[in-house]
Amino acid sequence: MAIGVTLLALSGCGSSGPEDDPLIVGAASSLRTALAEYQGEEDSLEPVRVSFAGSDLIASQIRQGAGIDVIAAASTADPTALYKDGLAERPVEYARNEVVIAVPTESDIDAIEDLEKPGLDIVIGDDAVPVGTYARKIIGGLPTQTGDAIEQNVRSEEPDVSSITAKLVQGAADAGFIYATDVLSAPEDIKAVEIPETLQPTVVYSAAVVSDSPRPEDAARYIDDLLSGTGAEDLEEAGFLPAP
Amino acid sequence: MSLRANRHRWFGAVAFLALVVTMLFLVAPIFAILTNTSPRTLIDSLGEPANREALLLSLKTTTLAIIIIVAIGTPAAYFLAMRSFRGRSAILTAIELPLVMPPTVAGIALLAAFGPAGLFGPVIEGLGVELVFQTAGVVMALVFVASPFYLRQAIAAFAAIDPGLIDTSRTLGSGPLRTFLRVAIPMAKPSLASGVALAWGRALGEFGATLLFAGSLVAVTQTAPLAIFARFSDPNGFNQAIALSVVLIIVSAALLMAVKLSGGDRALEGRGL
Repeated sequence: MAIGVTLLALSGCGSSGPEDDPLIVGAASSLRTALAEYQGEEDSLEPVRVSFAGSDLIASQIRQGAGIDVIAAASTADPTALYKDGLAERPVEYARNEVVIAVPTESDIDAIEDLEKPGLDIVIGDDAVPVGTYARKIIGGLPTQTGDAIEQNVRSEEPDVSSITAKLVQGAADAGFIYATDVLSAPEDIKAVEIPETLQPTVVYSAAVVSDSPRPEDAARYIDDLLSGTGAEDLEEAGFLPAP
Repeated sequence: MSLRANRHRWFGAVAFLALVVTMLFLVAPIFAILTNTSPRTLIDSLGEPANREALLLSLKTTTLAIIIIVAIGTPAAYFLAMRSFRGRSAILTAIELPLVMPPTVAGIALLAAFGPAGLFGPVIEGLGVELVFQTAGVVMALVFVASPFYLRQAIAAFAAIDPGLIDTSRTLGSGPLRTFLRVAIPMAKPSLASGVALAWGRALGEFGATLLFAGSLVAVTQTAPLAIFARFSDPNGFNQAIALSVVLIIVSAALLMAVKLSGGDRALEGRGL
């Protein structure tokens, strides 16, 4: 009985009304710095609880019926797929970002071509997480020989951008494909090497209200405010670019 | 019927109910995963090369880890069980630490110690050994998290041998090595076997330390639990995640059976372990 009551309290069913339940947001790992404090326009939606993970993992959790109200992804792919399957409302684009090559501060890598040097340890996202999809697009846009040589150096396919950044900060890898904003919020152990304009993929972040959310209006307000308000300011401060 | 007897019966009923709840709670997820997907789909999913690679890699790395654990852990456990010296209990506690350490913490600790920028990184590099992002790194993570399961069993088993038998063996002219191999090991065998099975089970399920220390790459470092995590977040891969999970459940159950059949857990009963 005691355990039952405890579980109910922990799962949120035990609180007095729906207004007290936190709004649950599943956000891409790259939004960790930008959205950790954000509680809606002027904190009007408090309490908001954000679970940071790979966008693909959040989408899977929604497919399995996890009680998530908003998905804030690092691409348009996952929210669009959920929308097409009737699991989310129409996605809204709310920010842009850029992919960079992150390297240890003392590294002498200063162009993407330097990554083909044999023996380098390169870390990218796995093929389901947006940051991994973008990296593959960039490598695929290079001349075949360079691209193949870089692929030969890929040592790990990580589940989300935080675990790529961690490998770089720990000095375990020589280079990794992450977002420009991740380098800004990372410790000074790493720096960014720009990717040429022609290879830079369009990195657009989109968000959607999950269809079976019990609080669709609050969820929509959370997303609206990411476009123009406290949320937009937090995103800008973290280095994100405005939505296209 | 006295009031007292009635009260006893009431408690018995509550305890029985608690048992039913416990069983339902523990068995329901296993039942659900075994019945989630048709056997046909499961077998098809296992045909995927990446999934076969993951299972093969798990088999390879756990086997290597167990060989290392047994080869080094058995004499170490024997030494700890047979001698008493200052700091012995501190060593026993240190050995058990990985048991209660969160696996992600184990992964970070391994990076801090043996990663390229870690404490012993330069030494390891000097030896020409690469661990991070390599299969060897996976084996190292497995040895780290799984060895306490074997060591605990082995120390208890050796400590339980009647010291008189060891003395007799020595009096009859057997050297210490011969006594260890011909007397101690045969007597401890059931417990050692169950220690192997428990350590194998833990190694097979290892996830956090492997991902943090060795990374995840098909056929190099992506063991079955890492492959399950990767497939789970892929909308078309959920069946494959389930299929791999079913294989791991079956293997784990077989390892548990091995513990029961070896009598290793019986041998330990009554010794507070």
